[in-house]
Amino acid sequence: MRQLGRFYLIAILLFLYTPIVVMMAMGFNASPLYELPFTFSTRWYEALLSNQPLLKAGANSIIIALITAVIATTLGTMASVALSRRTFRGRSLLQILLLPPIAIPWLITGTAMLIFFYWSGIGRGMHALLIGHVALAIPYVVLVVGTGFKTVRADLEEAAMSLGSTPVHAFFSVTLPLLYPSILGAALFAFAVSLDQFVISYFLATPGYTTLPVQIYSAIRKGFTPEINAISTLLLLGSMAAILIFARFAKPGDTRDKR
Amino acid sequence: MQNDQLALAQTRGSVDPRVKRPLPAWVSTTALLLPTYGWLTIAIFLPLLTMLAFSFMSATPMGKTPVEFTLKQYRAFIDQPYLLRIGFNSLMMGFWTTLFCAILGFLAAVALVRATVGKTRETLLVLILLPFWTNGLVRVFSWTMVLRENGFLDNILHMVAPDAGSISILYTRYAVVLGLVHGYLPYMILTCYIALVTIDDAIIEAAASLGARWWTILYKILIPMAAPGLISGAVLIFIPVIGSFMEPRILGGRVGVTMGTVIEDQFTQAFNWPLGASLSFTLLAVVLAIFATFSGVLRGRTAG
Repeated sequence: MRQLGRFYLIAILLFLYTPIVVMMAMGFNASPLYELPFTFSTRWYEALLSNQPLLKAGANSIIIALITAVIATTLGTMASVALSRRTFRGRSLLQILLLPPIAIPWLITGTAMLIFFYWSGIGRGMHALLIGHVALAIPYVVLVVGTGFKTVRADLEEAAMSLGSTPVHAFFSVTLPLLYPSILGAALFAFAVSLDQFVISYFLATPGYTTLPVQIYSAIRKGFTPEINAISTLLLLGSMAAILIFARFAKPGDTRDKR
Repeated sequence: MQNDQLALAQTRGSVDPRVKRPLPAWVSTTALLLPTYGWLTIAIFLPLLTMLAFSFMSATPMGKTPVEFTLKQYRAFIDQPYLLRIGFNSLMMGFWTTLFCAILGFLAAVALVRATVGKTRETLLVLILLPFWTNGLVRVFSWTMVLRENGFLDNILHMVAPDAGSISILYTRYAVVLGLVHGYLPYMILTCYIALVTIDDAIIEAAASLGARWWTILYKILIPMAAPGLISGAVLIFIPVIGSFMEPRILGGRVGVTMGTVIEDQFTQAFNWPLGASLSFTLLAVVLAIFATFSGVLRGRTAG
């Protein structure tokens, strides 16, 4: 029975990873029509270097993800302080209001943003993408930092204040250093959320300002070469790295034994 | 001695010019919350309200045609019966994806809990969840490499049987469901695992030593214990799947017409925003109804 269980788990991992590995391998195959037998080549990665639209979209994606991480982490951590440490009326309602960005299908949120941004004159483009990405990342930041708060005892801060520290000073010198891993984890998470976001970007991008996933999508639909495999491989490895580092910092789900 | 120092600290504190009268708590609480909720208002809540307003308009208000308020967009399901069929197809796509995820994910969670321990289990969990946090679009694209004619699957087949034809299922509904299951399976494994990991091994051993067969253990212990995980996993999968558009587009081709792709078309091709808005809101109503039905189970999970 135990043997069967392990065998099954290996089968599941094969199911999850085979297409990804095949896609990555095809980025190193010389044939532009994905023909086999496999001939190793780095020509598609070399071609990437001169593919201006893809490179520009990639740079846009990284810049947006960085700015999103900074803004969402700052705002989300502030909100998390209030939601984790203060008691006030309407707190549970505010917590529920964090759910729509996560729970409503992005197709609905994305089209709603398109309508509102058009109607209100905000328009599309980089700033619109930023507004959308930050909104999607904030709930995750509040969640991750909120989990971190559970491991930092409130009485440490109170002790500092009873010893004459101001609340602000107590927060910055006692709580914040203890929260540091969670906050860094939340920032990485926000970065990954933004880097992988496609649906909302798709509706808010303009022909002149796109992100990598939007560019990849239009390439997939219009015809493509293994260059798309090459850039997709880089994108996958990038977000996998961000998530693995996040897992090291924030230890999601592990709230008891670190204190 | 100690008391003296405390008194000293207090007097020093009171003359210290840096110590100001503290602001009332609600001021700082509001200041902490305002940026986040202000941002969400502009990015999420106002857009949803605007979309609701648009869904009652007779035409996209950007040409010269006068715009009237009407309920006609919501009559689309009656006026254009093909939309009903597409809606039904979307629900079926959600149903099959959820069902396969539930079976495969539940078994994987059982295997994780029963057949692995410690470091191995941790590594396996990370490996299972890792693809979930990578780009969904790229993962769907990966499947085209496997499923296309003369793709990976065909090549494997031809290694075994060189004369066999193509078994390409790209651009069929099977391909769409396969891609969606691939995308959402880690969710179900995680929710079932969280539910099952609390089971005491002793319960299962006791049942087995009292003569319970494996199917009795499955139906009387494992499935009831995993039920909250199965339900919340199903909700978290079904909702995004019925709103998906890029998976059906890429893997389904011409047969991949769903509510998602119809809505996408209204915004990118047909430029009929009011119809797109009303279809989006119909979809949102379905989503909210599902959340309302299962809110008890979902809340139980976040609390526990």
